[in-house]
Amino acid sequence: MTDITKGAIVPPRSFLSQDAIQVFYRLLAALLICAVLAVLSDSFLSLGNILNVLRQASLTFFIASGLTLVVLTAGLDLSVGANVALSACIAGTVIHKTGSPALGILTGLACGGIVGLLNGIMVTALRIPSFIATYGMLWVLNGLTYWYMAGETLHGFPAGFRQIGSGYLFGLPIPVYLLLVFLGIGTLFAQRTIWGQEIYAIGANPVAARLSGIPVARRLLLVYAVSGTMAGLASIIFLSRLNSAEADIGESLTLPAIAAVLIGGTSLFGGVGTVFGTFIGALILTLVLNGMNLLSVNANWQPLVTGVIVILAVWLDMKTRRRAQ
Amino acid sequence: MREAAVVSEPNPLQRIPGVAMVLVLLIALFSAIAPGFLSVANLSNVLVQSTILTMLALPMTLIIMTEGLDLSMGAVLTLTSLCVAIVSLATKSMLLGLGAGLLVGAAFGVANGWLVAILGIPPFVATLGTLGMAQGLSLIVSDGQSVVGIPHSVRDIYSATLLGIPVPIVMALVTYAAFHGLLYHTRFGTYIFALGGNREALRYAGLSPNRLLIAVYAIGGAMAGIAGLLMTARMNSGHPTAGLGLEFDAIAAVAVGGTSFERGNGWLLGTLLGVLAVGVLRNGLNLISLPSSVQVASVGVLVIVALFLDGLRSRA
Repeated sequence: MTDITKGAIVPPRSFLSQDAIQVFYRLLAALLICAVLAVLSDSFLSLGNILNVLRQASLTFFIASGLTLVVLTAGLDLSVGANVALSACIAGTVIHKTGSPALGILTGLACGGIVGLLNGIMVTALRIPSFIATYGMLWVLNGLTYWYMAGETLHGFPAGFRQIGSGYLFGLPIPVYLLLVFLGIGTLFAQRTIWGQEIYAIGANPVAARLSGIPVARRLLLVYAVSGTMAGLASIIFLSRLNSAEADIGESLTLPAIAAVLIGGTSLFGGVGTVFGTFIGALILTLVLNGMNLLSVNANWQPLVTGVIVILAVWLDMKTRRRAQ
Repeated sequence: MREAAVVSEPNPLQRIPGVAMVLVLLIALFSAIAPGFLSVANLSNVLVQSTILTMLALPMTLIIMTEGLDLSMGAVLTLTSLCVAIVSLATKSMLLGLGAGLLVGAAFGVANGWLVAILGIPPFVATLGTLGMAQGLSLIVSDGQSVVGIPHSVRDIYSATLLGIPVPIVMALVTYAAFHGLLYHTRFGTYIFALGGNREALRYAGLSPNRLLIAVYAIGGAMAGIAGLLMTARMNSGHPTAGLGLEFDAIAAVAVGGTSFERGNGWLLGTLLGVLAVGVLRNGLNLISLPSSVQVASVGVLVIVALFLDGLRSRA
């Protein structure tokens, strides 16, 4: 059924490639939204609000960046939000019990990574379609988290730990520095390493990738583990930002993360997209939600708008690619 | 996959063992460890509680047979349940409430089908988007609050009996009979098998696969509307999280029931047994006082195991 010549011609990923042009369009869209919001709302251009947008976008970006790699392989990870909740609750407990933030951070990252690895095993070894495997994982994690927390809320963490999510360095929130670091690492990994290029190849055409000697199963395991670990990282940022952990914190995170990936131009069908695009996607989504907030639209509208954006993004992607062919 | 012939006959012999064994095992397990599980009152409770799930799992079977998926069903049920509550509260009429629920549900179903068939968006993402929309609309129409004080005519549906059988069970049985007739004894049913197995053949036969797909998703939405009436009657209110996660139980029932996610091969009786397996599992865990969180997790494990076995079978 799969034609091995499909997607065989991968254009060089250099500057001003098709990818760069797509990112440029999205930057324009983000600027346009900024201009509209600046006209409509007085407080949009205030320093406080801009920093707030950046911090909010960085939270979405952490989850969405790992997810980007998964989507590049034509997979999907629906369990990221639930993974954030479980990792945050476990990391929070460890910090409370041991008093050591470092140990808590490690536990959160490890918990996220292990969940991601389990997703990878289900997709590769058990050959369950990724969207349904990770959807099952979503409910397993939800159940575990609610059972583990038993309705309790963890709060009150050491001041040093809270700096990660809410502190400033040279006037910029610390999550923004983390965002820049992971944006750099993600872009370099995807665009400039062999493993990264192999991930694009798997997404473009899994059969050709296997026939050309790429260890497909191992790369897929890596991709899901990275997605899980990034969810673990996001859980740490959440924990230190909110200074509390509850079982339900992940429920509103998955759809925005998927929206950010899709707005950023990563194709659901695999092989096309960039981590930088996902950053712009996270920025656009955050700007829209922030704008609704500033214009005092009821927060109840947010899931509706995010849902519409997801569908519009996929539709636009399919339309532009159909024209390109 | 394209060459597969249109399969119009169910193939029970191959499938009865799997799902029936799961059901028997679960019943045996909980009879042994859960006090009161085998009482008539509890068993009829399991049946009544499984009715809403039956109404979602049957159309979900058809949708999955077309190699599709509907993640929005639970959220749409929440929305239709709220519509039933709000409209019946305003008009004092159960039928107008049901009409509103059906209309909204079918509209979402048509929207899902349109996104999947006409725009060609992968079903799990299209219905994830509409999930967000239905969730948002539920919050907007209810303002995040429960809708209480619904008329007796709505509430009585859940508790009334017909010839000694609870009305929800009658509704579920009628639904099953209708779906059985539709899938195995009408031309439309044969087309549904073809949608999953051999879409090209439909096109060569001069039919429009797109219109058929939209119809299948619309049936799913409309059933969520009817189930919404039952949900409102059962909770005696409309609540903005009433249907949270129900689509997952429906997918679990379909997967355990032996409908394949990859080959356009479905079996309605299997789904019905799957619904009972999920119902027994949740009820049994409840009886041995495990919290609902553990129930959710165990249904998740059930799905993953069922899909793994499905994968093994398809490779064998």
